[in-house]
Amino acid sequence: MKTDVIIIGAGPAGLFSVFELGLYDMKCHVIDILDRPGGQCAELYPEKPIYDIPAVVSCTGAELIERLLEQGKPFSPSFHLGQMAQSLERTENGHWRITTDVGNVFEAPVVVIAAGGGSFVPKKLPLKDIERFEGSSLFYAVRKMEDFKGKKLVIAGGGDSALDWAINLQNIASHITLIHRRDEFRAAPDSVGKMRALVDEGKMDLKIGAITEIKGQDRQIEAVTIKPQTEDSYDLPCDHVLAFYGLTMKLGPVADFGVKFENGLIPVDTATFETDLAGVFAIGDINIYPGKMKLILSGFHEAALMAKKAFTYVHPDKRYRFQYTTSSSNLHDKLGN
Amino acid sequence: MKIYCTDMDGQTQELEATEEWSVMEIIREGGINMLAQCGGSCACATCHVYVDPAWKDKIPAPSEEELGMLDGAFEVTEDSRLACQIFFTKELDGLKVTLAAGSI
Ligand SMILES: Cc1cc2nc3c(=O)[nH]c(=O)nc-3n(C[C@H](O)[C@H](O)[C@H](O)COP(=O)(O)OP(=O)(O)OC[C@H]3O[C@@H](n4cnc5c(N)ncnc54)[C@H](O)[C@@H]3O)c2cc1C
Ligand code: FES
Repeated sequence: MKTDVIIIGAGPAGLFSVFELGLYDMKCHVIDILDRPGGQCAELYPEKPIYDIPAVVSCTGAELIERLLEQGKPFSPSFHLGQMAQSLERTENGHWRITTDVGNVFEAPVVVIAAGGGSFVPKKLPLKDIERFEGSSLFYAVRKMEDFKGKKLVIAGGGDSALDWAINLQNIASHITLIHRRDEFRAAPDSVGKMRALVDEGKMDLKIGAITEIKGQDRQIEAVTIKPQTEDSYDLPCDHVLAFYGLTMKLGPVADFGVKFENGLIPVDTATFETDLAGVFAIGDINIYPGKMKLILSGFHEAALMAKKAFTYVHPDKRYRFQYTTSSSNLHDKLGN
Repeated sequence: MKIYCTDMDGQTQELEATEEWSVMEIIREGGINMLAQCGGSCACATCHVYVDPAWKDKIPAPSEEELGMLDGAFEVTEDSRLACQIFFTKELDGLKVTLAAGSI
């Protein structure tokens, strides 16, 4: 797919870039590993109020993202969600090529890395020797429900994901045991009620405790060891384990893009927010420069300056013309006003 | 005023403590690279610590929100707390905590 700008990360910095770039006729494709836009605001604090967005006295994380999406709409950005930007290469014509983990390929003269605190990935159980089970009998997400057909399944966790899947896989797995560290669940009351009913009817087991070991042969799990708070540990035979402990931010593949990093952050030129690679920019929480503050506000400012320089790569034959959105009829046309 | 923080290797450091700061902030300010990904908003559980049982009674009990976040931590015990949810007061001078799974 050929486009003007590829944006990695659909957090507030990436989303505001869509607007700033759009004003100057640059079309964007936005990639995020999460299955919805919004980055930290959507994932970590959708319901908490933010008070330091200029001229917005208060809005929640989710509201901010809704407004940013609305603001970017006139420029029809394309979103490619649920996929990880995996590699960055130079193309023969001096543009950039981004490939994602599901095999999508994008080419553009400009790449904006708005990867924030890193990509959101599931927290993995910190147990010895369990990587070998990953993808064959240990899972941190459900890709295909069929994978669990007829399996003795252990689901770990006490939030919405754990409960939703325990309920939804009920008729697919041969047996489900839900394991949680305490007998209280932070999930939709409706799901908690359904789960309790299934346990009462004897259709599902609930064990209170922590998984301390996963045992098996080669890539096949045979049992998990469960340690209740006070009693002794015991083994529970099973075929598959599904673990839901929430998400964490990991720098991920961006580290191998060939862009210069310093202590896990990308140094940039503060006039343009370009990295050491021409045409590759870094804005938002992922970048570093003297005086940097990790605020949404900073990401917005950085997006505007980035767009000005990006213009020179996308439209080398045109002259950048500074305009106010208030008074430019040209900008009004683009915004549909 | 001080707190004592033991890292994963069992090394203990004495850290300068400031009133009203969270224990997470005190640990970071003291030069220990605690993850604390959400910056103290009780939204990540990467500031997990074990509080020395001797201090338990001096610290207000965890909120429902903190207990819920601890569900996403590993190796949780009765002494587990989120360091960003413990606020330092004079009464906590000498507090002992140990970094727990997922905090580094
Ligand atoms: C609890 C909490 C409260 C906060 N409160 C405030 C506040 O009041 N005011 C304020 O200004 N700031 C606040 N912040 C900080 C603010 O949320 C961040 O500064 C902001 O989210 C950074 O935006 P970003 O777009 O740079 O990155 P992020 O929001 O981190 O988004 C980056 C996105 O990039 C994606 N990504 C990364 N790498 C890849 C890859 N290789 N492939 C695909 N996708 C990838 C990630 O999945 C993520 O969705 C708060 C943060 C937290 C956690
Ligand atoms: S820093 Fe995130 S929960 Fe404490």
